[in-house]
Order: sequence, then structure tokens, then C-alpha cells
Amino acid sequence: MQGNIASAEGALAAGCTFFGGYPITPSTEVAEHMATRMPKIKGACFIQMEDEIASIAAVIGAAWTGARSMTATSGPGFSLMMENIGYAVMTETPCVIVNIQRGGPSTGQPTMAAQGDIMQVKFGSHGDYSIIALAPSSVQECFDLTAKAFNLADRFRTPVFLMADEVIGHMREKIEIPDSVEIVRPKPLPEGALPFAPGPDGVSGFAAFGTGRHIPVTGLTHDERGYPDTTNPARHESLVRRLVSKIEDARHDIADYSIVNEEAEYVFVCYGAPVRTVREVVERLRLPDTGYLQLRTVWPFPEGLLSRFPKVKAFIVPEMNLGMMAREIERHVSVPVIPVSKIGGDLHTPEELVEAVKAAGGLL
Amino acid sequence: MRHEIRFSGFGGQGIILSAVILGRAAALYDQKYAVQTQVYGPEARGGASMSAVIIDDEPILFPKVRDPDTYVIMSQQGFEKYGKSPRDDAVMLLDSDLVHDRPSCTWVGIPATLSAKKDLGREIVANIIMLGALTTATTVVSGPALEKAILDSVPKGTEDLNLKAMRRGQELGIEGGSS
Amino acid sequence: MRDDWLREDRLPHIYCAGCGNGTIMNCVLEAVEKTGWDQKKTIFISGIGCSSRAPGYILTDSLHTTHGRAIAFATGVKMANPSLHVVVFTGDGDLAAIGGNHFIHACRRNIDITVVCMNNHIYGMTGGQGSPTTPIGKTSTTTPYGADEAPFDLAELAMAAGANYVARWTSFHVKQLTDSVLTGLNTPGFSLIEVRCQCPTSYGRRNKYREPVDYMTYLKSHAVLKEKWERSAAPGTELPVDSFLVGEFVRRQRPVMGVPDEA
Repeated sequence: MQGNIASAEGALAAGCTFFGGYPITPSTEVAEHMATRMPKIKGACFIQMEDEIASIAAVIGAAWTGARSMTATSGPGFSLMMENIGYAVMTETPCVIVNIQRGGPSTGQPTMAAQGDIMQVKFGSHGDYSIIALAPSSVQECFDLTAKAFNLADRFRTPVFLMADEVIGHMREKIEIPDSVEIVRPKPLPEGALPFAPGPDGVSGFAAFGTGRHIPVTGLTHDERGYPDTTNPARHESLVRRLVSKIEDARHDIADYSIVNEEAEYVFVCYGAPVRTVREVVERLRLPDTGYLQLRTVWPFPEGLLSRFPKVKAFIVPEMNLGMMAREIERHVSVPVIPVSKIGGDLHTPEELVEAVKAAGGLL
Repeated sequence: MRHEIRFSGFGGQGIILSAVILGRAAALYDQKYAVQTQVYGPEARGGASMSAVIIDDEPILFPKVRDPDTYVIMSQQGFEKYGKSPRDDAVMLLDSDLVHDRPSCTWVGIPATLSAKKDLGREIVANIIMLGALTTATTVVSGPALEKAILDSVPKGTEDLNLKAMRRGQELGIEGGSS
Repeated sequence: MRDDWLREDRLPHIYCAGCGNGTIMNCVLEAVEKTGWDQKKTIFISGIGCSSRAPGYILTDSLHTTHGRAIAFATGVKMANPSLHVVVFTGDGDLAAIGGNHFIHACRRNIDITVVCMNNHIYGMTGGQGSPTTPIGKTSTTTPYGADEAPFDLAELAMAAGANYVARWTSFHVKQLTDSVLTGLNTPGFSLIEVRCQCPTSYGRRNKYREPVDYMTYLKSHAVLKEKWERSAAPGTELPVDSFLVGEFVRRQRPVMGVPDEA
């Protein structure tokens, strides 16, 4: 099965009943598969919108009816979605956005892989905010992480992103589809509670439209009733700080990762397609003194995991961009962080990573 | 045993589908691990397209084919772009009428497009002929597995035509004039 | 006012004295009440601008969204749960400029929502900039020498794009407006009710309609009943300068989206 199809199937397994999308390479198979499958599922709706702005808008609208909602896109479409992604953050709307990353900027390389949107996903909309982003490195993970994304979206009432790339999205591998997946729906809005009053975890209960709670949803800075209150600095600060902290405070709880060889001196930190090359080097070629941390949750960044390698001399970060996450990692550690940046669409080769380790050894 | 198979030709020949079918045969019916990838441009038809499959007894980590032991080449441009420097012990299946050059490694000429037109009346099944030839000229995939994967993948109503193409390929794979 | 449908704890509202939006809101709520719709199942959706603040004052579930995108959000709500009744409040800038594409595609799909456009020919909230419906020659902060671009006719646009119900009135025509909104609400498919209305603060002040009553007088005297015009004017006759047609432009039964399955 192809990664894109696995992502669509993962969504359906998780009970996704609304997909709004617009065709864009290399994500289109997600929409095509949903267009084939959803009309045969009772209560499910697939709609091809007029552009990506409309797609994410429709997804957010559908989410407020209580539907598990999703869209899929790639670079240019992702850029178009940014304003409404901020709206989803501000209104605490659970939804899932799949981004099959391609080479940018602009139209760039439609058919080639990249990881150049990994900062945009966190910072692309205006204002301060936090989101959750997952990164699959196999077709199986496309299925598993898409299903999981819906649970995270509901639990934290936030947009959750599946940041795949063209390599993983278009790769075909055998996967195992479980009979059922875990489904965690949002906690309900208690009777009499204000719609945006946070619980102890900073997350409010959720009530769908049509259930009589009369919820006014606005992208303006608002109080716990949902009423606009845009000129009160304290109101804005407490709201935005809560939107950030409900996710950042849970970052080690949200973290989904693999660690191989905590005793390693040279530790790869990787996510998405480059994980494949890292595993080839560490597990198959057994390059001495190497280990890795694979991040399936990229954001919020679980920086505590970096301290799990007591003997580390350097972190080596292969990315299909010019060193975006490497800079994030650098913030948290005192040993050298060595980016292995590769753009153009080709995945790092095992030899390139072996070279990087050797070069790191020579540097130190 | 690990095999890396690279397919190349022009868009519209079913180069990507060939790799998908081969990967499916190996993963689902030969009980191996398989990963299929591709390189493609904006053209739906024409251009040089490439797809690849890795087949292994163990899980496949690095997913890209870099040093194929098996090639299926269906156009001269595909040969020039993706088939020019095979390793010495590689085996290359060539569409003998569409590829003019011959490689330094072992090769098997299969008149797939000609035979698809002449024997089966449908040029579109040339890629299935090439796949059939793979089962007799190499050991990357078994005949029964390929047959099941073809039946899974081709449009309804074309099963017989495609199975005929596969069998014709199996014959040509044995007969094929090798270097 | 219809107290049951209003959030009294949100008052006072932001609208200027003499603004037409309150009148239009009142007509829409009266029409909604006449439908007998369950308040629980009625959703108001809007974009950005003065008009788009209306849902915030209404006691239902509501989405006050991003600029121009109200109809796209509404499409998601209605398609995901066709049993909900969806009404969109929008303005001329929101609907016809930044949201123009969503507008024509929703008409094309004939999605079962009702859109009420408060057309005051100006961007009121940002302080009086020209919009796609600012008439030629009229002054705004971005057309200080008079607008020189041709304006959109929103009703014609909706008709051409496929909407099932299209009507135009003004904030003066309270009774007719209420009746048309009710018809729109009850007509399956996309309904547009364009309402020409006064903005004394931003439009009137710059265009010699400083007092609200000045523009109301203009609306009353220059609105030509479509039925009457078609009956009396010789074919091909141009409307008098500054006049515009009001009335029901189309009511039809093209295929629709977003209605509950017949079970």
C-alpha cells in the first residue's frame, strides 16, 4: 500500500467522516482515496473545495458539528491554509491536516521530497501559538500516526499535522491494518460550563453545534463565554498563554519516539524519510558508536529526550532542508549539533551519513 | 537474498505500475519484504520515467534503489538516463526494439512492444510481457506470485489479456537472445 | 427585538447610530422565527467586517470566521450535518472581494444555505475604503477622486453562478426583505438576499448622505421594483442613473447539496 493511501485509511479507521480538499501533487492520492471510500460510508462526506483556503475552512466548520475532519495538501496549498490554521488554533478546533512535503519555496519541485515546511507548521500563521506535528517514516506509520492525530486533536482541541514527505507518501510497503484503532474523543463540555473555560489540563470540554449549547466561536481574542474582548491585554495574554501551554506542558506526554543505543557517542536525531537512512547506518551497517533518536512527534519538541544519551559527543541531524530542526536541537544541548542538510529531492544515502559521522569524529 | 530492480521507460508504458505489481507479488505472495518507489516528472505521457523495487528477506530500511542487480528498460531514453552504468553482475531486460544500445552486463532482449502489438493486439500490455520475462530470466519473483499480483492490479475485463501477456513474456524470457 | 434569540449580555452592540445592519438583523431574525426552526439547530456564520459581527449578538451556535471565508466554513458545517440550518451574514467586501471565489462556487454547488449580504458599498470596519460594489464616481478613502472601477452586481452574479434563490432589497424595504429572507430560508439550495443599506459613518459622510435618513431617502427613491420595470419599460431601456432593481430575481429548483437524505 502507498503511504498516502495508508494515511487516508488511518483516518477512516479513526472515524474520520469529513474530508475537504483540493488536488495538489504529491498529496492528491489522499483525496482520491477519500473520494472513493467516503461516499460508501454512512454519514461521511467528501468534498472537493475550490482551493485550499476553502478546504481548511470547511474542515473547521465540519469539526464544529462533531465530525472528525481532515484535509491533505502540500507546500503551496499548505501556505494558503495558514490563516485558517491560526483560526483553528484560536478557536480550539480539533482537526487533522496532512502535508505531503515537496521541494519549495514556491511551486518548487512538485514531485520531489522535502522537509522544508517543518518550521512553517509551527510558525506559519501569525501570532504566538503551538500545535502538534507528527512525522511518519514508513507506510505503516502513515496509517498509525494519522489515526493517532485525530485522538491528539480531540484531546488537546487543536489542529494536528501529519508532516509526511513525497518519499514516504508515494512509497509502497506492506502494512498491517488492525481490526480497530484506539479512539479518544474530546472530553464533553460539562453542563453549565462556559464553552472556553479550561479544565486542569488547560483544555476546555467540547460540545458540537446543534446540541443546544449556543457556542459563539470567534477568532477574536475572547473570554470563557466566547465573547470578543480584544483590547484587554490581560485577557489576550492569558488566552494565548493557555493555548500554548496546554500543548507545551504536555510535550513529554505527547512525545512519540524511538531510541536506539543510548550509549552512543554520535547520535542521529531524525524524523520522516531520513529515519530510513539513519536506521540503515545504525542497525544494518552497525556503524560503531552510533545511535539515534527518531521523533514521530516533532512538535511540541520533546527536548528532554536529548538528555537520554549520556556519552553523546555530537548530535547529527539529517534533514531534507537546510537545517531547520538542527537549530531547535542546538537550543537545548551543549554538545555540537551537526546538520546534514540535503535538498533537491533525493534522500540521504547511507554513505553520506557514514561520512557525516566520520567528519564529526575528525572535528572533535 | 536482496534484489534491487529498476524499471525505466517513457510515461504511459506502465513503468510505475510494473513496479507496483512486482512489489505486490513479492510482499503479498512470495512472503518477502518489498518497498516500491519512483521518480516522475510532470508528464503523464512521454518523458523518461523510473520506478524501483527492493525485495528482501529482511525488513527494508533505506528504501531507495541505488545499485540495481536487475533492470527492466523499455526505452532508449530510459536506458541512457537510468541504465547506462550497471554493475558487472547485473541482469538487464531490454525491450529489444525500443532500446538500441546494449549494456556491459548480462542482458536479455525481449521484443515486448512488438509482441504485444503483433501477438496480443494491444501495445499497452508490453510492460506485463516484461514482467512475465522477469520470472523466467531472473529469480526476483515467482510466476504464481506475479500472476496473483497482476490479477489484483489490472482493470476488470482485461485479466485474460494480461495473463496471456505474462505467459508470452515467460516464453520470451527463456528464448531471449542474451549476451 | 426578538429577545429569545438575542444575547442581551453582549449589548450594547458595535454598530454606529443610524447603521442599517441592525434593521437587517431584525428582519432576518423575524424570518427565522417564522420558519419555526429549532434555535438549537440554527447556526449563524460570518466572515469579517461590520456585517459579520451580527452572529455574535444572536443566541445560537455561531462561527465568526476569517475574512471572506464564511461561506467555505458554512459549507463544511452544512455538508457534515445537513440537519442544521445555516445562515451566513456577510458584507460586500467580505462576499465579493476576498470571498468572491467561495461565493460563486457555493452558488454553483447550490449548497443549502442562506446568505444575507449587507451591501453598504464600503469597508466600514476599517474606516471607509472602496469595495467591489462602490459605484463609479463615489468617494472612499481609497477612491479619493471617485471610484473608477465597475462594480459587481451581486444578485446577477449569484444568478449566473447557479443559486436557487436570489433577491435584492434595501434596509428601507423591511417587510419585503423579511418575506424574501423567509423564502430564501425555505428554498432548498443556495439563497442570496442582497440588502443595500446605509453606512452614514463611512459611506454617507463622504458621499453627501451624512444623515442616515438621507441615504434611506435615496434607497427609497432609486429602488425600482424589478417586476414593475420589466412590465412597463420597453425592452433594452436602461435604468435611470443611480437607480437599481429590487425584488425577487430568481426562484428555481436546480439540484442542491447539503440537504438531509430522504430517509
